[in-house]
Amino acid sequence: MNGLSTFISNIWTITKRELGGYFTSPVAYVFIVMFLLLTGLFTFMIGSILERGEASLFWFFYWHPWLYLILVPAIGMGVWAEERRLGTIELLLTMPITTWQAIVGKFIAAWIFLGAALFLTFPVVLTVNYLGNPDNGVILCAYIGSFLLGGSYLAISTMTSAMTRNQVVSLIISVVICLFLILAGFPPITDLIQNYVPQIIVDIVASFSVIPHFDGFKRGILDLRDIIFFLSIIVFGLFATSLIIRNLRAGH
Amino acid sequence: MADFNAEKPMIQVKNLAKSFGPKRAVDGVSFNVEIGEVLGFLGPNGAGKSTTMRMITGFIPPTEGTVVVGGFDILNNPIQVKKIIGYLPENAPAYADMSVHSFLDFVAELRGLRGEEKKKAVSRVIEMCFLESVVNQSIDTLSKGFRHRTCFAQSIIHDPPVLVLDEPTDGLDPNQKHEVRTLIKRMGEKKAIIFSTHILEEVESACTRAIIIDRGKIVANGTPNELKRMSELAGTVILKVRNIPAEEVVQKVKELSCVKRASIISTDGGPACLRVYPQQNITNGELARAVGELAIQQQWRVEELHTDEGRLDEVFRNITLPDTTQEVSR
Ligand SMILES: Nc1ncnc2c1ncn2[C@@H]1O[C@H](COP(=O)(O)OP(=O)(O)OP(=O)(O)O)[C@@H](O)[C@H]1O
Ligand SMILES: [Mg+2]
Repeated sequence: MNGLSTFISNIWTITKRELGGYFTSPVAYVFIVMFLLLTGLFTFMIGSILERGEASLFWFFYWHPWLYLILVPAIGMGVWAEERRLGTIELLLTMPITTWQAIVGKFIAAWIFLGAALFLTFPVVLTVNYLGNPDNGVILCAYIGSFLLGGSYLAISTMTSAMTRNQVVSLIISVVICLFLILAGFPPITDLIQNYVPQIIVDIVASFSVIPHFDGFKRGILDLRDIIFFLSIIVFGLFATSLIIRNLRAGH
Repeated sequence: MADFNAEKPMIQVKNLAKSFGPKRAVDGVSFNVEIGEVLGFLGPNGAGKSTTMRMITGFIPPTEGTVVVGGFDILNNPIQVKKIIGYLPENAPAYADMSVHSFLDFVAELRGLRGEEKKKAVSRVIEMCFLESVVNQSIDTLSKGFRHRTCFAQSIIHDPPVLVLDEPTDGLDPNQKHEVRTLIKRMGEKKAIIFSTHILEEVESACTRAIIIDRGKIVANGTPNELKRMSELAGTVILKVRNIPAEEVVQKVKELSCVKRASIISTDGGPACLRVYPQQNITNGELARAVGELAIQQQWRVEELHTDEGRLDEVFRNITLPDTTQEVSR
């Protein structure tokens, strides 16, 4: 096998194993049910789509950054922590694969799982199409944004997962980081701090936030800069994971 | 397997050292292992055996020193090295959520095996490690011994020329211990094997060479017989005689020129049992012969007469407990 095909097949082997792990564990199904219940709750109760009679999923996606805040770290928390707790990390990293392949393979599996959960919200799309005439292009765009958003949270969660062998600790750290990524650009908060610090600082901090970058997707605007923003969070998270694992092995 | 340079040792470890903060877990370890050798790794808890193995297999980077396996340096060519090593980590970790079969399948795939080849490899190790009865069982419900065997099976799935096994017989029942030892010995004819253990008989029955490591340093290196000869008791003669008072036997034996001293091991009503210590520079067997001749001449009723080859556990204790009053053979 040449370099690239080995690279891909190694990643795929890892991804397959991880996916098998997700879909054989009852926790995963609990997760999916929770995810669907909560999206339904936020959309129909709090977002009250039905009462508004709007044929759009704006309120459905509006809550995604918050919904993911707990749910995505819950998927990611075990990715490396479990590997460390069981000691299988020693097995995995002495196989003829690179650490990077293991990191990417695991991340992709978790992301596919998240994507599957997201896909299962399609009844919402059917509902609005039944109610009226929504712009399905906008909806698709928002789904893409939501998937990227979840991916960035996930990269951060896998990073914190490598920091510890305790899943709960990993969960808490990643929730805190993701919360920062939301709040830094969440209008009620930015409006509040605007009164105390110069606008430029508010803008800089807000530029790190996922909220303004997700906004465009929600409105159906596919902006390359927003895509790059989310992809760079993912790359950063995975890269940080590799550094953490390297340190871990060196035993510092 | 044939394409490795036959002149060079398969595993070359040079001045290997690992520090964890201020602690030197491994401190300048050097040794070679060739194809056809089974190297036993001995040492007290915390001596640095697992740490050394983790560096050889590329799990942790060394602080100092080099590891070259099959001609590849672990730091420059980690993937090449990992390809030719099979590794059983300490405590036999395995993915709890997988079945034995899917776990082995997964490892085989990571080892680059596909299709028919993979199937064959998996069923071969299932048979070799007696896993038929649990192939479809989930790993987290396996007993400790079966989990160990599963992880052992994983290490030999690609029939590697180099095996690194950290306590391969830990948690196995006596029959399985025997099986695994025989397997290691048999595989050792065509592979370079390092395995660590706390069971000293294992070293005698399966190893061609043993290294004792203590506080990160190698304190003894030789064949099991060479190590045993380092024992104080090696070369002494055990003599059991009936119907004669032990003191009298001691008296007579001491008169022999090749005897340094003799001590009574037990009398309590039964035969007199004593241990005879040779003078220095006595060739092997000479002492026993002399004592035997004396017995014939004195017409003792001898029940037992043999040369003690020394005991590994005694050597082990002497070497790794330098603080006691016992002689230290460093
Ligand atoms: N990651 C680590 N961080 C700090 N210290 C470590 C680490 N790994 C090992 N050590 C220390 O290094 C020393 C050697 O440990 P090692 O596991 O190699 O011993 P061992 O010879 O395998 O012992 P045992 O017979 O108990 O398995 C121990 O004192 C251990 O506490
Ligand atoms: Mg150990």
